[in-house]
Amino acid sequence: MGRKILLVTTDQQRYDTLGCNGGILGKTPVVDRLAAEGIRFERAHPQSVVCMPSRSTILTGQHPSTHGVWMNGVPLPVDAPSVAEELHRAGYRTALVGKAHFEPFLDPFFRFVENALAQTGTEPPGGLHRGFEHLELATHGVMGPLHYARWMRAEHPEALGGFYPALDGALQVNAAGGGDTDAPQVKVNPVDRDLYHTDWVADRTMAWLDTLGADEDWFCWMSFPDPHHPWDPPESEVGRVDWHDVPLPAGYPEDRRRREAILDAKPRHWRLWYDGTLVSNYEAPADWVPATLTPDQVREVNARNAVECELIDEALGRVLDRIAERGWAGDLDVVFTTDHGELQGDFGLLFKGPYHVDALMRLPLVWRPAPNAGTVPAVVTRPVGLVDLAPTLCAIAGVETPAWMQGGALPVDDADADARGFERVLTEWDSEIFGTEVHLRTIMRDHWVCSAYRPGTSHDGTEGELYDLSDDPLQQANRWDDPALVSVRHDLVADLWDHQPPTRDPRLSLEAPV
Amino acid sequence: MTATRGSARHAVRVACPAGDLWALLGAPERVQEWFPGIESCTVTGDQRVVVTRSGLPMPEQLLTVDPNLHRLQYRITAPMFTEHLSTIDVHDLGDASSLVVYSVDADPAPLALVIGGAARAGLMGLPALMGIAAGSPT
Repeated sequence: MGRKILLVTTDQQRYDTLGCNGGILGKTPVVDRLAAEGIRFERAHPQSVVCMPSRSTILTGQHPSTHGVWMNGVPLPVDAPSVAEELHRAGYRTALVGKAHFEPFLDPFFRFVENALAQTGTEPPGGLHRGFEHLELATHGVMGPLHYARWMRAEHPEALGGFYPALDGALQVNAAGGGDTDAPQVKVNPVDRDLYHTDWVADRTMAWLDTLGADEDWFCWMSFPDPHHPWDPPESEVGRVDWHDVPLPAGYPEDRRRREAILDAKPRHWRLWYDGTLVSNYEAPADWVPATLTPDQVREVNARNAVECELIDEALGRVLDRIAERGWAGDLDVVFTTDHGELQGDFGLLFKGPYHVDALMRLPLVWRPAPNAGTVPAVVTRPVGLVDLAPTLCAIAGVETPAWMQGGALPVDDADADARGFERVLTEWDSEIFGTEVHLRTIMRDHWVCSAYRPGTSHDGTEGELYDLSDDPLQQANRWDDPALVSVRHDLVADLWDHQPPTRDPRLSLEAPV
Repeated sequence: MTATRGSARHAVRVACPAGDLWALLGAPERVQEWFPGIESCTVTGDQRVVVTRSGLPMPEQLLTVDPNLHRLQYRITAPMFTEHLSTIDVHDLGDASSLVVYSVDADPAPLALVIGGAARAGLMGLPALMGIAAGSPT
């Protein structure tokens, strides 16, 4: 009997939302305990700051350039390599419960298995999809064809109207405001807590685990759609964090002139978006102007986000209790992370886009190895990436890391990281939609974050960002053009280009907006 | 400010005479043979109704069926579209191969990507449907 693997992902969760990472708004005792018992990573970055490319990296162990999902709306080929396939081949039972999003959501033709599957059940045609034998899927609400939405429409139609419609009538990300402050993507949702998708994901995970034999090895990817917008958690829970008491985040300069001066020192698309002149990507509401964001809206969004993080933590706790009841606790590895972060008020912005700063790139990552493995608790400060998860899962299962995986098994401490060369982590962005394109590549190494832009709608290819995290942890001073740092910049840019992953050729096609 | 109208265009080169391709692509009632995710199709005069695999009926108006130009155009008139126009062109490349181009303009803009993405999958399946080797996207 081998180690069991519970991969827990959330969607769009910031590093600083966990208590173990210094978070003060929401209580996350379950993940905090896992961190205390295991390994907490202080510099885990995604290889893309949007869902489909990042999730494809988790599954394939490859950078977006290589797996080919270069932006949201580009489907991951069904024959793409998958860590779940490796584990299934090694005898593991495999399931994905919650948000998958390797394939586009907007799909009236049901071209993609994720969207068509719920019509027929939870077992994919042919028995496996991307290595998973059981898929039970959800996303951020009750619209669409996935299992959770179908279940809600069939069993609880009275609750549907409480959810925020993530897209508007023009199929753009909805800009409508709500709550007490009229913040975008906020809505009072009277749904019962046990009907909300967070508890549903935990419930369905436990239901699948209950089908397994005591001696079976298993890999379950439990994938919560929250705390991604919309921020419409059950109304009964919203009082846990009173937004009136929420301090403004350190990354939100309340003074407008200072905020705008910070933005003006970054490449042009930052300020253009802030002013509502250019919305360069689909993931933020096209009809929302960030400059209109008020301090109280930042407070309310952060409060609701914290509530959603608490609900996830409690749901995870229930699943861990069930696993313990099954007698698996000693053999259980838990990996907790997310696909990317959320601006959540930093620089006066919300949501996400081509902005490679800690708000979107610094992720919560905790690995609690199986207690029976005897791993010593540690904190890893060296840079790691989501690209390292798939090799880690293979290592846990005792499966040789396939050659197509580009990362390495996560280090167990800094000495291990140094010995195995965890020096840098790369992140990339490409988007071309509705006539607007943005392309950038980023390296995080030592205490620097350095981004280089390629030509695009707002950039001529000479722009960049350079932040010294040792004296500017909020990345408010772009030092790309600082004469004193020319050699540092050249070194980082050279290192960035030297370590670019192989590019898939031909490039995959954009087939939907998301 | 984001434009509400979006466009997409996809093309494939197929080693097949234009007339053979037009026999398929220029026949409105045969759309489900090549366009993915269509369960059924009914044509009455210039009106076509396709029902997608998700059960969504999409009424359409056929605007152009030109066997000389090898051009078919149609408009989806379902309420979710403020505006839509799809154009299929089959170009004879003169070497017994053809270039098939599918263009779509739509308001709301995201639907141009959705329709175009599905059409692209259909184009990529044409060589197999015509019984020849895989085509090359252009």
